[in-house]
Amino acid sequence: RGNLARVQHILLVLSGKGGVGKSTISTELALALRHTGKKVGILDVDLCGPSIPRMLKVQDRDVHQCDSGWVPVFVDQDKSISLMSIGFLLEKPDDAVVWRGPKKNALIKQFISDVAWGELDFLIVDTPPGTSDEHISTVEALRPYKPFGAVLVTTPQAVSVGDVRRELTFCKKTGLRVLGIIENMSGFVCPHCLECTNIFSKGGGEELAKHSGVPFLGCVPLDPQLTQSLEEGRDFIQEFPKSSAFPALASIAQQILDGTS
Amino acid sequence: MAEVPGDCPGTSSAQAGSATACQGCPNQRLCASGAAAGPDPAIEEIKEKMKSVKHKILVLSGKGGVGKSTFSAHLAHGLAEDETKQIALLDVDICGPSIPKMMGLEGEQVHQSGSGWSPVYVEDNLGVMSVGFLLSSPDDAVIWRGPKKNGMIKQFLRDVDWGEIDYLIVDTPPGTSDEHLSIVQYLSAAHIDGAVIITTPQEVSLQDVRKEISFCHKVKLPIIGVVENMSGFICPKCKNESQIFPPTTGGAEKMCQNLNVPLLGKVPLDPQIGKSCDKGQSFLSEVPNSPATASYRNIIQRIQDYFGLHHSQEEKII
Ligand SMILES: Nc1ncnc2c1ncn2[C@@H]1O[C@H](COP(=O)(O)OP(=O)(O)OP(=O)(O)O)[C@@H](O)[C@H]1O
Ligand SMILES: Nc1ncnc2c1ncn2[C@@H]1O[C@H](COP(=O)(O)OP(=O)(O)OP(=O)(O)O)[C@@H](O)[C@H]1O
Ligand SMILES: [Mg+2]
Ligand SMILES: [Mg+2]
Ligand SMILES: [Zn+2]
Repeated sequence: RGNLARVQHILLVLSGKGGVGKSTISTELALALRHTGKKVGILDVDLCGPSIPRMLKVQDRDVHQCDSGWVPVFVDQDKSISLMSIGFLLEKPDDAVVWRGPKKNALIKQFISDVAWGELDFLIVDTPPGTSDEHISTVEALRPYKPFGAVLVTTPQAVSVGDVRRELTFCKKTGLRVLGIIENMSGFVCPHCLECTNIFSKGGGEELAKHSGVPFLGCVPLDPQLTQSLEEGRDFIQEFPKSSAFPALASIAQQILDGTS
Repeated sequence: MAEVPGDCPGTSSAQAGSATACQGCPNQRLCASGAAAGPDPAIEEIKEKMKSVKHKILVLSGKGGVGKSTFSAHLAHGLAEDETKQIALLDVDICGPSIPKMMGLEGEQVHQSGSGWSPVYVEDNLGVMSVGFLLSSPDDAVIWRGPKKNGMIKQFLRDVDWGEIDYLIVDTPPGTSDEHLSIVQYLSAAHIDGAVIITTPQEVSLQDVRKEISFCHKVKLPIIGVVENMSGFICPKCKNESQIFPPTTGGAEKMCQNLNVPLLGKVPLDPQIGKSCDKGQSFLSEVPNSPATASYRNIIQRIQDYFGLHHSQEEKII
């Protein structure tokens, strides 16, 4: 089974919609699982717009080759989070990856077979929005390793929920188990007066979960401290336990842990 | 359109006609002969078709969810307020089409006419085309690889009965891949006037938008300008501003200075924008007095000025 032989659980983070927080959830889930003592790998298959290297402040690092393939980038001293992303293979950070499907598919296959992850409790796969080349290739290449399932991210408004409905169909058609739906950017509490405004509406993700009979994993509010810490590549889970997004993120990680134990 | 195999390597690839997926494809011999690698004859057909379209604008962003579709929809509404102008809105986001919902056309179907597909009309002077009009249920997923998406885009450009159009606005998915290359290639002979690039203020978004700007340079697509969306939120209760997506590296303003591209304006976060989109109504007419409407109108004016200016330059050259 090659390089994925010692990976316990593979999780995919999916959404039909762009910018709903797939990379954010992937990053925070990895950090939260790390804090419970797990070893986590992140595979970033967003080839045109990789976000995770910056979110973990490793955007200037390189990957190296070893006998069994690529050595992923380790995020911390004790090597509890490792990451593979196309961001590490570009000469200049602003280089556009102008690739059609077949080239993307070839790299994804390589990402899945040739990264020397070693022993991992979780491998989290962050994806671009949609149901196209990256998704089909990733699911096909991972099939022999029996992925544990997928987490679907949406924002509350109908425009986003509609795209995630289609993503659910994708999961059904490809036989990928849906672990649950997360409603992200759900409500914003004004730091000045504590008034809550539903900037992107409210409740759409929860309703979709109910309607489609899929577990609902929780609402993550809009939290400027979360955006800020992702901008600076800081460990939100460790540094902002009192912030508004923390309880939801911690509970999502706990539900994933409960589901796998 | 002949059915393209799921794993089609693409007609211009080195494996065209010889990949495993090519077995049994009706075009295998054509591809293997190398004949298909030349310029697609559709490019010339599209050029003919596009003779009745005065201006073509692409709305692009490297980043997802920054408001491309929202902007495309409102640019269309704004331009269509001039009843003497004919506007077309084409959605080439094949896997995640948002335009039908935002334009209040969900559940509509395209009609086949003698001269091709007819767009769906919001008003007499505003026609829309999207893959959403070809799906039978809101749960239908379009699970297509590149070549099939490209085939669809070709059909949208060549086989839709657009009629006489002043502005064709094209909404795109995020990224720099099949859809983007295809729309640029298929319109290469017909000429695209330029791209409007949408971003949000934070670096996680800007880093992808810089890639999109590199893409524009690579394919020689002029940049009309950049719109910074979701910049700042004014609390409706206490009127204090919060930077929900903080411009930690100077926002679009700094990026535009560094890359020497025009900044067309900034649109604040306004919960009414999302509501209008969900209801399929124009925010510009629903909430006419808001700061966000004012900045949308400003930006639309600047885009019109761009065309006025370039148009008169063209006339001078002639
Ligand atoms: N709950 C939240 N509160 C505040 N900011 C958030 C929240 N979730 C995500 N963000 C911010 O929103 C932006 C978009 O999130 P992210 O990049 O994770 O989305 P994505 O779904 O991965 O986007 P893409 O489709 O482009 O890959 C990021 O700047 C992120 O920091
Ligand atoms: N200025 C704004 N204030 C509040 N909500 C906004 C604003 N701009 C866009 N939105 C909302 O944000 C969501 C994302 O916008 P939109 O769908 O236009 O982004 P997109 O870039 O087209 O996304 P995708 O990458 O998925 O195609 C929509 O629900 C939209 O209504
Ligand atoms: Mg992402
Ligand atoms: Mg869109
Ligand atoms: Zn307030």
